[in-house]
Amino acid sequence: MTRARLLRGAAGAAGFLIAGELFLRFGLSEGLEFPAPSVVLYEAARLVADGAFLDGVLTTLVNWAVGLLIAAAVAVPVGVLLGALPPVERAIRPLLEFLRPIPSVAIIPLAILLIPVDEMMKVSVIVYASVWPILINTLYGMQDVDPLAKESLRSFGFGPLSVLGRVSLPSAAPFVMTGIRIATGIALILAVSAELLAGGASGIGVYVIQASSGNRTDLILAATFWAGIFGLLANLGMVTAERRLFHWHRMRTGASES
Amino acid sequence: MKTLGRIWVIPAVLVVWELITRALDDTDFPPPTTIVSSMYELWFSGPASRLFLTDGAIDNILPSLGRMFGGWLIAAVLGVVLGVLLGRSRVATDYVDALIEFGRAVPPPLLVPFFLVLFHAGLATQLATIVFGVIWPVLLNSIDGAKSVDRTYTETATVFGLSRMQRLRVVVIPAASPKIFAGLRLSLSLALILMVLAELFGSTDGIGYQLLQAQRSFETPAVWATIALLGLLGYLVNSLFVLAERRVLTWHRHANRLT
Repeated sequence: MTRARLLRGAAGAAGFLIAGELFLRFGLSEGLEFPAPSVVLYEAARLVADGAFLDGVLTTLVNWAVGLLIAAAVAVPVGVLLGALPPVERAIRPLLEFLRPIPSVAIIPLAILLIPVDEMMKVSVIVYASVWPILINTLYGMQDVDPLAKESLRSFGFGPLSVLGRVSLPSAAPFVMTGIRIATGIALILAVSAELLAGGASGIGVYVIQASSGNRTDLILAATFWAGIFGLLANLGMVTAERRLFHWHRMRTGASES
Repeated sequence: MKTLGRIWVIPAVLVVWELITRALDDTDFPPPTTIVSSMYELWFSGPASRLFLTDGAIDNILPSLGRMFGGWLIAAVLGVVLGVLLGRSRVATDYVDALIEFGRAVPPPLLVPFFLVLFHAGLATQLATIVFGVIWPVLLNSIDGAKSVDRTYTETATVFGLSRMQRLRVVVIPAASPKIFAGLRLSLSLALILMVLAELFGSTDGIGYQLLQAQRSFETPAVWATIALLGLLGYLVNSLFVLAERRVLTWHRHANRLT
């Protein structure tokens, strides 16, 4: 079943690439600088041995990871705290609702003005954008805790901290994980956006700017291909971790979506 | 009174923010009153006959909104049509699944330089960026929605002799619409982000362009004002969408309440 699905997925991707290749080689007029899939894949393979690109990848991935870690370290405790104190949560909620719709990319120009240190500016922007999904999902998870379970523990004489540790936190954990997974995708977008807008010494975005100044669409797409692979791997890793760690949650809610 | 009791924290935060920024007196952190007056000067001090919009507002906010909704609509139509068709066939979904997962994982900002080389600065680049960035939630939710339509519905439709197209239009799309709307809402807020992003690169007007100009000329209050405007727009657009969704999906909530 899954093997057939994997095969079909691979066949679909191969078919798409071949169709694109044929269309670009024979179907399209020559005015457009759209590189054929074979050229992009060839360049992508060559990038693996390109020191400048590898440096960039390392910079971007480190910013990405550090930003996500800081965001999780801030948003999860705040979310748990707010979730455990409903009156405070109700008071803060409108503020969150007003801050959340601000498009995170718009923060980058402000961050460029306010934070002169390049690395710190980039990480801060990633943190700002990643905090929201983690915070919102943590809050949601804390609200979703089974009241019966909490009451039972209380009636057995457990204090509020024990209830938090034994019921609320385990019950909210899958939601926190979902929030972190969503934030992972957003963090990568912000990481490359900041590099594209602010430049810098190295980074996938910086590499793409350099490639675009020479009109090298093949290199742009090759670098983008790798960024997509990193995003895909991160997402797959998170989904697998969610399944492994929280299989009991899926059984309880019957959720089938990944 | 109840809503007043709920949102008291916002004026409180604004007052504290005002006091702190006035005490700090740092040009990087202007007090909220300065930000609001900057917003007023930039966009809302026009003549009453034009709803108080200034030339700057008409020349920048309107094109931005046009791009955002234009790109979103293109992505919505493409995403819903493709998604519903794909979702009806398990095998077809299997074939494109890997491609969709990859496409969704590609950070759209990296494609902006590519589109710029391909289409040069202008509407085509902006629309391409927005469409590529926002189509995924619509597509995935439409596939998911069409896939999980109750079999009884589609089989009943077959029994009543509805053709394939009729079945899609009368049964599958309505049944999938709650999921589709969830996708559309997500992509609308993404469209705002990508509109700003597209305008930050090689645009000659728009809110994102104004933001870039303000940053380049170190006009910090204008940068804050633009961010506030974008937050306001995001809030408004989302609220409007929720309203529209409620009206369109009234039957869905009623049907759910009955069962």
